[in-house]
Amino acid sequence: MLEFFELLLSDYTFRIIALGTAALGAISGMLGSFAVLRKQSLLGDAISHAALPGIVMAFILFQAKDSYVLLAGALCSGVLGSLLVNGIVRKSKIKTDAALGIVLSVFFGFGMLLLTYVQKKPDAAQAGLDKYLFGQAATLMLNDVKLLIVVLGIALAILFIFWKELKVMIFDEDYALTLGINTRFLDVLITIFIVLAIVLGLQTVGVVLMSAMLLAPAAAARQWTNNLGKMLIIASVIGACSGVVGTAISATQPNLSTGPVIVIVAITFVLFSFLFAPTRGIISRQLKIQKNKKELLLKKSIAVVYSFMVNNEELVEGVEKNKLLKLRDIDEQVIKLLYEKKWIKYIDSQIVALTEEGRDIAEKIELI
Amino acid sequence: MSVPQIEIQIIACIVAVACAIPGVFLVLRRMSLISDAISHSILLGIVIGFFITQDLNSPLLIIMAGLVGAVTVVLVEMIQKTKLVKEDTAIGLVFPALFSIAVILIATNANDIHLDLDSVLVGELAFAPFNRMYIGGVDYGPKAVWTMGSIMLLSIILLLLFYKELKITSFDVGLSTALGFSPVIIHYSLMSVSSITVVGAFDAVGAILVVALMIVPAATAYLLTSDLRKMLWLSIVFGLMSAIGGYWLANILDASISGSMATVLGVIFMITYLVAPANGYIANLVKERRQKKEVKLLTFLLHIHSLDDNNDEGEREVDHLYYHFKWNEKEAKTILNLASDNGLIILKGSLIYLTDKGTKFSESAIDYIVTNREDKLEGIKRDFLLFRG
Repeated sequence: MLEFFELLLSDYTFRIIALGTAALGAISGMLGSFAVLRKQSLLGDAISHAALPGIVMAFILFQAKDSYVLLAGALCSGVLGSLLVNGIVRKSKIKTDAALGIVLSVFFGFGMLLLTYVQKKPDAAQAGLDKYLFGQAATLMLNDVKLLIVVLGIALAILFIFWKELKVMIFDEDYALTLGINTRFLDVLITIFIVLAIVLGLQTVGVVLMSAMLLAPAAAARQWTNNLGKMLIIASVIGACSGVVGTAISATQPNLSTGPVIVIVAITFVLFSFLFAPTRGIISRQLKIQKNKKELLLKKSIAVVYSFMVNNEELVEGVEKNKLLKLRDIDEQVIKLLYEKKWIKYIDSQIVALTEEGRDIAEKIELI
Repeated sequence: MSVPQIEIQIIACIVAVACAIPGVFLVLRRMSLISDAISHSILLGIVIGFFITQDLNSPLLIIMAGLVGAVTVVLVEMIQKTKLVKEDTAIGLVFPALFSIAVILIATNANDIHLDLDSVLVGELAFAPFNRMYIGGVDYGPKAVWTMGSIMLLSIILLLLFYKELKITSFDVGLSTALGFSPVIIHYSLMSVSSITVVGAFDAVGAILVVALMIVPAATAYLLTSDLRKMLWLSIVFGLMSAIGGYWLANILDASISGSMATVLGVIFMITYLVAPANGYIANLVKERRQKKEVKLLTFLLHIHSLDDNNDEGEREVDHLYYHFKWNEKEAKTILNLASDNGLIILKGSLIYLTDKGTKFSESAIDYIVTNREDKLEGIKRDFLLFRG
């Protein structure tokens, strides 16, 4: 740990990469929340694949290896891909899953066609398919980090401006329409930013893993809160942490690529949240079920005790514990728990009676 | 054509057919992206298999890949059962996790392993004929023909045996359970077949083309028909078209065969999407425009119908339509023409009157509006309108 902070302070390259992956994590966590809540979780997967033909096209048209030109190309084909998914779902009977699969595979296939075609021309250098497929965080430059931070800023500003509208649209699109909110515009706006985040992430974590960067922080954050604002903040923090921690871990070994490690860290966050989140988490849900079971058992027991006492009228004032123990499902343990709940009281050491509260509860159960 | 060329096309055709069959059911069950998930996560199986055997050609690699494919499906379903996230999110979490582990395993053991990641994802059909099957020194043709051929046969046999069950469980889970078919067994069989197909095919054509060959033909066929039998045939035909067309496109451009097969599939899909007769983009546009016109016609007729016989002469003026409905001249003219072509109105001078047929039509339309039976309106239109909007 100490070593890590030392590295953070001393090593310039590491600082740049850590900052870049943190910013990327924050952006994708924030925008990914929208994708997850709008049930477009796998849009990221489709878009990241759909970016390939754009990159190659930009390379062909401008003969440039300048990464901004390639990014612009990726952005264009990414947006086109997401519009196509939308158009196919809206205007035909094909469902979202198939539309995503079509765009993903056809765009990527077309990109491959272009790429292999270009690579066979003598003057074309390798456009670096590897780097694009699997990402190389090590190639992050100061300028890339600056770009990431600017995009993060703009995305934040847009969130602030359209906060109310976005919130309504996410939870009830029809209601948003009746309020006169231009959902089409917001939809396109959010989609463009999601595409932008994906395109920026390709360089760092690669095609296959970018969708996980988008999903995992949001899926983890969703478990901790039902509040949109809090969810966005938690998702951004988890995304940023995954970036920094992943970068740090991969820096400890020479051959460890950064992208997969970041994804594994992010998914660990998800698993942790699935298990330990309060109220929604698996463990707390199990505990609640256990507690409910126990409560139910006690309620049943108090009802049994009550009806026994009522049926033997002389016992209303109090009954010997030994007689209760002969009843079904009642043992020392249950009596002790009932006493702890203050549903029964001891008149003397061997005679028990119902308390006011215990009588109330038992009567309610009798009514049912 | 040289022998390898023919062999490549045969392999491409077999892969296309083998993928198309399970693909149809994946698309119908809205589980298309399971194929994407499996095709990525099996990388882990291959890496593990390689660690055990240290041999890239060992069949254990394929077995491990199939196992990891099954694990992917099970994991996705486990996450879905917790109901903590939506179905597609579960898919999106599982395969990147498995894929990441595989990439990390490869990277940390870079010295002893020469797995080419690109070829796993992208594949190259052009090399498939060189990987041959030898039994006792005799050349029995490319290996891919045998592996994919048996997978294709398996798919076809299972399809023929369980056609009824597959059909019912795909369209009505409740009914199939009531009839005594277990949707769970069919579901897992389908998942296993898909998994085996992906594992068998990715070696030849790469992970991404597997997704294309499974989903795109089926989705294209789905645009054209709702009949399961026709859909299966059509998607096989589209798969074959992409195999042959893709091969020659790649040949002309000297580019990746799997890439051009996917491209051909994309073109076939786009054309179908635009011009499909019942559900295509253009057909829908035409339908929409016609409906708009007919709604206008209806409001116009109802308006005239509501006018008293003696008074309201001003309202019957043709010119008044511009003012009353805020129509421009062209709009008014098309609606008037449509109405008079159908014999619903008659012009006396510049005054509009309903004919008997027009009155009847308006009355049945009012009936419809009062009772609000949606299915009736189309019938009314069919009875009264010779010329549609």
